[in-house]
Amino acid sequence: MALFSDRATRPDETTDHPGAPVRRRARRRRFTPRDVAVFALLLGIPIVLDVVLIWGPTAASAVLSFSRWDGVSDLVWNHGDNYRQIVQDYPPFWPAVWHNVIWLVFLGLVATPLGLFLAVLLDKGIRGTRFYQSAIYMPVVLSLAIVGFIAKLVYSRDYGALNGVLGLTQHPVDWLGDPSKNLWAVLVLVAWRHIGYVMILYLAGLKAVDPELKEAASIDGANEVQTFFRVTFPTLRPINIIVLVITVIEALRAFDLVFIINKGRNGLELLSVLVSANIVGEASRIGFGSALAVILTVISLGFVVTYLVQVFREEKR
Amino acid sequence: MNNEPAGSHPAFSTPLSHASLSRRALMRGAVAATGAVTVPSLLAACSDDSGSGGSGAKKTVTVGSNYSDAVPKKALADAVASFQQKSGDTVNVNTIDHNTFQEQINQYLKGTPDDVFTWFAGYRMQFFAAQGLATDISDIWGDIGSGYSDAFKAASTGADGKQYFVPYYLYPWAVFYRPSVFQAKGYTVPKTFDEYKTLAAKMKSDGLVPIAFADKDGWPAMGTFDYINMRLNGYDFHISLMAGKESWEDAKVKAVFDTWASLLPYLQEGALGRTWQEAAQSLQQKKAGMYVLGMFVGQQFSEEERKDLDFFPFPEIAPENGQDSVEAPIDGYMISKKAKNVAGAKDFLKFLATPEAQGIYLKSDPNNVATNKNADASGYTALQKKAVEIISGAKHISQFMDRDTRPDFASTVMIQAIQEFLKNPKDIDGLCKNIETQKKTIFATE
Repeated sequence: MALFSDRATRPDETTDHPGAPVRRRARRRRFTPRDVAVFALLLGIPIVLDVVLIWGPTAASAVLSFSRWDGVSDLVWNHGDNYRQIVQDYPPFWPAVWHNVIWLVFLGLVATPLGLFLAVLLDKGIRGTRFYQSAIYMPVVLSLAIVGFIAKLVYSRDYGALNGVLGLTQHPVDWLGDPSKNLWAVLVLVAWRHIGYVMILYLAGLKAVDPELKEAASIDGANEVQTFFRVTFPTLRPINIIVLVITVIEALRAFDLVFIINKGRNGLELLSVLVSANIVGEASRIGFGSALAVILTVISLGFVVTYLVQVFREEKR
Repeated sequence: MNNEPAGSHPAFSTPLSHASLSRRALMRGAVAATGAVTVPSLLAACSDDSGSGGSGAKKTVTVGSNYSDAVPKKALADAVASFQQKSGDTVNVNTIDHNTFQEQINQYLKGTPDDVFTWFAGYRMQFFAAQGLATDISDIWGDIGSGYSDAFKAASTGADGKQYFVPYYLYPWAVFYRPSVFQAKGYTVPKTFDEYKTLAAKMKSDGLVPIAFADKDGWPAMGTFDYINMRLNGYDFHISLMAGKESWEDAKVKAVFDTWASLLPYLQEGALGRTWQEAAQSLQQKKAGMYVLGMFVGQQFSEEERKDLDFFPFPEIAPENGQDSVEAPIDGYMISKKAKNVAGAKDFLKFLATPEAQGIYLKSDPNNVATNKNADASGYTALQKKAVEIISGAKHISQFMDRDTRPDFASTVMIQAIQEFLKNPKDIDGLCKNIETQKKTIFATE
C-alpha cells in the first residue's frame, strides 16, 4: 500500500510549484491511462468489497434496528422502541456493558502491564529465557474453544481441579456458576492468553531498542527504573500503539470463551453475546439484535476514531 | 541513529528498486488472481442451484433432516430404505447439524426447503403453519388418525384447526430415580408434592443430594417450571401462559415460583455451573436420589445400569389437576409450502406414521418411544414400556417450554429469568413484572 500512496502524493506536491505544464507533463509521464485503469481497478475492488461487505451490512443493521422483524413475518417499523427496551427492560444489557468495561480495564491495567513486565525480565537474558518464552507464549497458540474446555476441567464445582487443589471438597466453590466469581475466573484465563501475546510483541520491540541508548542513560546516572521509563519505554511507542489496539479489540470482540462456558449468561453477559443470542436462532429477533449490534458498533467506532485521529496527528507532525 | 543494523536497508529497498518493471506484472497477476478466486465460486453457486432444482424428478422426495447424530441418522436411513423398497420412490435425505438446522429454520423454509423436514410439535409447528410455510396435511390425517390418540392429534394441529404435522417419536419428562437406592433406604414413590418434599427431606438427612439439578445451559430447569405450573394451575392455563395470553404477573404464576422456591433447599446446589450430564451422573453414582429430566437421562447410564433406572410422574400439587398432564416433546415431520413433490411427500409421511416405520426407527434408539399406539412394544425396555404407559394414560401432552412458546421468548427472556430466580428466589414480584414487560414486546407482533 505504501508503494502506491508514495507515488500518488508526489504529483500533489508539485502543485506548490508554479508552472502548470510541468505538472501536466509530470502526470502524463507517470500515469498512462492503463495505469489509471489499473489503479482504479485495484483501489476499486477493495473499496467495493469494503462497502459491500462491511459498511453495507452495517448500514442495513442500523436500518433494521428500527424495526421488529423475525425474518419470516412482515417487517414492522417500531421507531426507537428497540433501543428503549434494551436500556429499560432488557435485564442482561447493563451487566453486559459493565462486563465489557471490566474486561477492557482488566486487560489494559493488569494483563498488558504483566506482559510488558515479563518481556522486560526475559529481555535481561536470564537463564532459560527460551523456555520461559515458549511456556508463556503457549496459551496464545491454543484456540479459545480449547481454553473453554480447560476452564471446565479446572473450574467445575463438582470435579474441577481447582477445588481439589484448594481442598474445598466439603464446600466447593462454584467458579463458573456463581455470578460474583465467574467473570474473574474467566478473566484469569483471558489474561493467561493475553499476557503471552503482549509479551512476545514487547520482547520483539525490546530487542530492537538500541543498547547504546541505555548505556548513555546509565552513564548520565540514570538507575534501572529511570532508564526503563524515560528511555526504553518511549522508544517502544509503535509497539505500545499496537498493543493498545490489540487490547481494545480483544475486549470488544470477547465472545468465544464465555459462549463455550455458559452461552454468555448468568454473570458472563457480554454485548457480543447478546447480539448473537438475539439474532442467531430460530425465531430471530433481528431488529432487537441489530439495535444491540449498533450500540456495539458505536462503542467500537469511538475507539477506532480516537485511534485514527491519534495516528493522523502523529503523521502530520 | 546511525547504529541501525546495516543489513536492514538493502533488504527493504531491493523490491522497490526493481519495482518499476515488476510492479505492473505484479498487479496484473493480482487482478488475474482475484478473478481466478471469484469465477469458480460463481460457477459453484450456479451448479449448486441447478443441482437442487433440476434433478427433481417426480418420483423423488427430498427430506431435510436434523438427525445429525450417528444413531438417529442410521435409524432414519433404515426407515427410508424400507419405504423405498415398498413404494419404489426415491427419498433423498439431506442431513444438517441439529443445532444449525434449528438456527437456520427461518431462512431454510423461506429459501429452497426440502419437500419434507423434521420438526417439533406444538407452538413451534403452529408458528410456521401460521406463517404459511407449511403444507396442510389434514387429508392424510384421515388415514393415519386412527393410529394416534387425541393428545397427539391436538399436538399436530395448527391454530387454524388443520393438521400440519406427523408425530414420529417422543420421550417423557418425569422424576427419575434408582430403584436399588429406594430399596436399600426404604423409600417409597411419592404421589403428592408434600410426600415428595418429605421424601426429599429424608434423603437429605440420609446424606444424599435429594434432587439432582442443573441449569448451566439454561433450558433443563424449564421442565420443573412446566410441571409445577401444570400441576398447580392446569394444562390449559400453562399452554395459554406459554402462548402469551396470560399475564406473568398473575398470582397463579407467582404461586408457581413460590412453590418452586419451597423446593429449592432440596435441589442440588450450584445448578448454574452444572450441565444436565453432570447432574445425571450424580444420579448414576447414587449421590443424588432423584432427578427431574427427560428420558434421555439414560444416555449417562450404561446399558446394564439402565436396568436400575426408573421414574415416576411428577407429583400431584392441586387435586383437581392430579397428574393428568405429561411433558413429552414430540419429534416428527412436516411438509414445506414450497415442496415440489407434495404427493410423494404425503406418501412418505403416511409411511412414517405406521407402527412398522416407527418400529424400525426405535429399534436403535432406546431413549424414545413410538407415537403410534399400535406400534410393536415387544422390543421395548422396561423404561420404554413405562413411558408408553404414562403417555397413553395422560389427558394432555405438553411439549416443553421452548416448544410451547415462541422460541425467542424462551431463549432471550425465560432462560435469563429462571436463572435469575434460582440466584435470587426472594424477588418474585420484580421478576414476574420484568418477564411480563418483555413478553408484551415480543408477543406484540401477533
